[in-house]
This record gives sequence, structure tokens and C-alpha cells, in this order.
Amino acid sequence: MPQIFVENLEKRFRVAERKAGLWGAFRGLVHRHYRDVEALHGVSFSIEPGELVGYIGPNGAGKSTTIKILSGILVPSGGHCEVNGLVPWKNRVLHVARIGVVFGQRTQLWWDLPVIESFELLRDIYRVAPVDFTRTADELIELLELSPLLDVPVRQLSLGQRMRCDLAASLIHQPDILFLDEPTIGLDAVAKLAMRSFVQRQNKERGMTVLLTTHDMDDIEALCTRLLLINHGTLLMDGTVKDLRSDERRVLVDFESVPQLNAEHAAFVREQDGNRVTFRVTGRVPEFIADITAHYRVRDLMVEHPPIEETVAELYRKGGR
Amino acid sequence: MSATTASPWRAYLAVAMTRFKMVLQYRAAAFAGFVTQLFWGFVKVMVFVAFFEASNEVQPMTFSEVLVYVWLGQGLLALLPWNVDAEIAGDIRSGGVAYELLRPLDLYGFWFARTLAFRAAPTLLRLFPMLIFAYWGLPLIGLAEWALPMPDSFASGFLFVFSVTATLALSTAFTMVMHVALMWTISGEGFNRLMPGIVPVFAGLIIPLPLFPDWLQPYLYWQPFRGLADVPFRIYSGHIPVNEALFEIAMQWVWFAVIVVFGYRLLMRARIKLVVQGG
Repeated sequence: MPQIFVENLEKRFRVAERKAGLWGAFRGLVHRHYRDVEALHGVSFSIEPGELVGYIGPNGAGKSTTIKILSGILVPSGGHCEVNGLVPWKNRVLHVARIGVVFGQRTQLWWDLPVIESFELLRDIYRVAPVDFTRTADELIELLELSPLLDVPVRQLSLGQRMRCDLAASLIHQPDILFLDEPTIGLDAVAKLAMRSFVQRQNKERGMTVLLTTHDMDDIEALCTRLLLINHGTLLMDGTVKDLRSDERRVLVDFESVPQLNAEHAAFVREQDGNRVTFRVTGRVPEFIADITAHYRVRDLMVEHPPIEETVAELYRKGGR
Repeated sequence: MSATTASPWRAYLAVAMTRFKMVLQYRAAAFAGFVTQLFWGFVKVMVFVAFFEASNEVQPMTFSEVLVYVWLGQGLLALLPWNVDAEIAGDIRSGGVAYELLRPLDLYGFWFARTLAFRAAPTLLRLFPMLIFAYWGLPLIGLAEWALPMPDSFASGFLFVFSVTATLALSTAFTMVMHVALMWTISGEGFNRLMPGIVPVFAGLIIPLPLFPDWLQPYLYWQPFRGLADVPFRIYSGHIPVNEALFEIAMQWVWFAVIVVFGYRLLMRARIKLVVQGG
């Protein structure tokens, strides 16, 4: 039995609609229009213990809805799901004691409390034994470098500091699954790196299962062994980051002067900016480079993967209905 | 998994204590509240002085019993369920309540603990200065005849403490109904304007309930707001004798149970709306 099991998950929201303007407001008083929004459209996947899975998709694709169902906040309209053998919304209290959740968009710490008091309150809420709490908290404080922040009220923390504290707070009760909803949103480069290495360590050393949603493809490349791609409430892809990579390469060439390319070579051009030409080549890259350097005077040359963002954007578009 | 089997009470107690400490920070508000309530206390006492002087009939309450009613009323004013916790209202407006479902606690219990602290903390800040001033301060400034009398007997004082505990529970249960109702009304303004008009009248804080006309008495007796002020105040003054006090306190708890069950059911319905409709 996988640790997280999702089958045909569906979620519809009823949204009250009102026509714009004063007349619309009056009509809304008498007669309300509802529109069904289909957030999830039969999503199925399963995750084994110890996996680190990226869950990506454009805004409004249904990522957060899935996380909210898996963490017991929302009840789905259809389908089935089990986490650690429990149905999240039916056994909510038992279930949430075994998961950690971080929402990048909102803190779960107590705004007016010093960080350490938030941790202590969580200790009491999750009924963590004092010995275990001391050990876990000390470890988290060291790994995430929280000691200078412990006496600061949460409202005075910067976003990066707050995220580190939120991350620690989600692990006080030593959950075996961690859900991260856009954990790197708004973070600077240093904070992002710290976040990633911490999550990776928890996954590698403690075998914690992690499901992570993000818009940052670097998060995915750095962390995830597996990728779930969703759009319009449907799963479009379930595979590895490698699967996203095609054989296509970008060959960037700086010529000595503006080159007069022959028709054969011109067919490979993706874009040209003066002396610099980017070619799009699939397979046989060494031969292509040899050919170019034989025909033209080349100053510099570079081979790249196409940016993963472009591949993903392409997939999002394909998935559009 | 390191969660122990410790009782959930520790969790609810921790939630309440945290909120309690936070509310205690509002010392300036408490001081302003104390001054305002002192002023109104004087106004009320003077009205009753005039009332007792103008009438030759035997009243259902003595002046001394009314003094108890006035000063305890001023001291315990913050205990009445007349407003909603702005923090909880904010959580509901922003959809933050959904995230409280992430905690391994019963949602009603979780909120009840917060609400209990929200009711208790401001009351404690105001109650003791008011009692001290009304008991020792007034004689010092030459108003001994307006001062708060001692409890009628030791037993009355003892039972009063029990009764006020029930009042706190009852008031929290009322406030919980308002908090749950916020899930539909979103804004707490309606309650904050409506409740101060209703609760003090039926609790007896505008006019002590025994002074209402006789034909109204049965109706005033069988309503839950009595337990918020009338019952503990009259136990203190001995207007409710010791042998009847236990029954009255039991009634407070019965009303408490009724209102908790109502609030709990309401919350279950609100939760369905929340989890089905999304935050």
C-alpha cells in the first residue's frame, strides 16, 4: 500500500456570481447565479514512503486544492484518497497529527508570539513529550539557524526568516509526511537555497515523504526525483525531471562577424542577434558543431539544455482545453 | 511519531493560556475600561439612591443588595458576551479558519479555549481594581454608604465564586455561538452592535431583574442570560439564600450545556459549509 494514494479525486466549488455594476448588485439581491468551478477533474496518483515529489501546474490548476484535500482541510466532491491508511477528512484529528504542512502564502505561527513560544504551543497542541521536543527543537534550531530569531515576535520577522521558522514549526511533532505549498515563493536566493538543502536533508536522512508545489523550476530540478504536472484539474504528466528534457539542445555561437549562413545551417537557427546565433539542434550535436566551425570563423561556442520553464510552458499550453 | 497519549486538556489549556497572556497586554484598555465603569457605577448608584428615597413602599431588594448588584456588575461587565474576538473574526474573514483544521484538536474545543481566555483576561484586569475601589476606596473618600458590602455570609461568598465560574463558562458558550455565526455573517459588526442592547437588559445589568414588574418575573426567570449576572450577584448579597443557591448554580450549568450543544451543532454545519465550499 503506498503512503499516499489518490484515486479519481474530484472537487467542485460553487461560486456565487454577480454581474458588474449597480444593476448587477440589485439583481444579486433577488436572484443569485451560481457557477460550478471544477478544480479537480479525476486526479489519480500514488506516492511511496521516502519519495520527494514535485507537484507543478499553472495558477488555478488545482495544486493547492489537492494539498488541502490531502491535509484534511477540504472534503472532495468525488473519488478517494488515503494517507498513511487514513482518509484525511474522516479521521482528521488522527491524520493531521502525522503530517506537517507549510503554506508559503500564510504563516501558521502565532503572529504576536515570540518564535519559541509558538514552538512550545505546538508542542502542547501535538502533545509531544518534553524529551522529544527538546531534541527535535534543538536539531531544527541548529539546522535552520534559528537561535537569533527565537525571542522575536513573528510579525517582526522577514519573509525568509519566517519561512525557516514555519518549516521548523511544521516538523516539531516529527511527521512522516511533509506537504509544502509554494514554500519558496517570494524568497531571495540565499533563503531558497537554505530551504532546499534543508528539505533535501529531511528527505534523505529521515526518509520523510515530501510533496511540494512550486512555480520555481529550479526547486524541481534541485529537489525532486519525481514530477506530477497538473492543469485544469487533470494530471498531464507523472514522471521524472529527465522525462521533461527532450533531446533538443541549444547551441549558442559567437561568430567573428555577422555570418552568411547557407540554407542548410539557416534551417537550424532559432534566433539571431548580430554576431550571436542560437541554433536548435536535436541529436548529432558534435557533428553539427564540427560542421559550423569548419564553415565559419567562430569566436566562442556554448551548448545548453532548453530552459525547463519553456518545456513546462509548452506542456501547460498543450494541456489547455 | 512521538505524540504521547497525554490528555488533550493540556493542549486546550495551552491554547487558552497563550491567548490569555496576549489579552493581558492590553493594560491601557483595561484602565480606560475601569475609569468608564467607575463613572457609570456612580451614575447608577445615584439613580438608585433617588429611587429608594422617592418611594415609601417596601422594594423587592434592599439598597445594600442593589449596591452589590451595581458594583459587581461594573466589575464583571467585560464578562458579558457582548462582542466577538477580533482575532477570530479576522481569521474567519481571511479564510484562516480552514488552517486551524490542521491541528489535531476538536475545532469547537480549540475555539472554546481561545474564547474562554478572551472573556476571562479582560475581566480579571478590571474586576480586582473595581472590587478594591468599591470596597475600600469609597469609604476613604467619604462615600461609605455607597460602598460594596461584604458577602452576606461566608457560604454566600464561597458559592458566589462557584457561580461566577459558571458565568464565565456560560458567557464563553454564548460568545462561541456568535463566533460560529460569523461563518455566515463574516463581519462581527452586527453582533457588536446588537448584543450590547440585549444582553445587559436580560442579565439584569440595566435594572436588577427583581425590580422588574411582577408579571414579567416568570419570563425573566426562565432565560439563560440571568446566569450571566443576576444569579451570582444575588447569591453574593444573600438575596438568593444559600439553600437555593446550589439549584441556581446547577441551572447556570444546564443553560451552559444547552448553549454548548447548540453552538457545537452550529459549528458542525458551518464546518460542512467550509470544507465543502472551500475557505
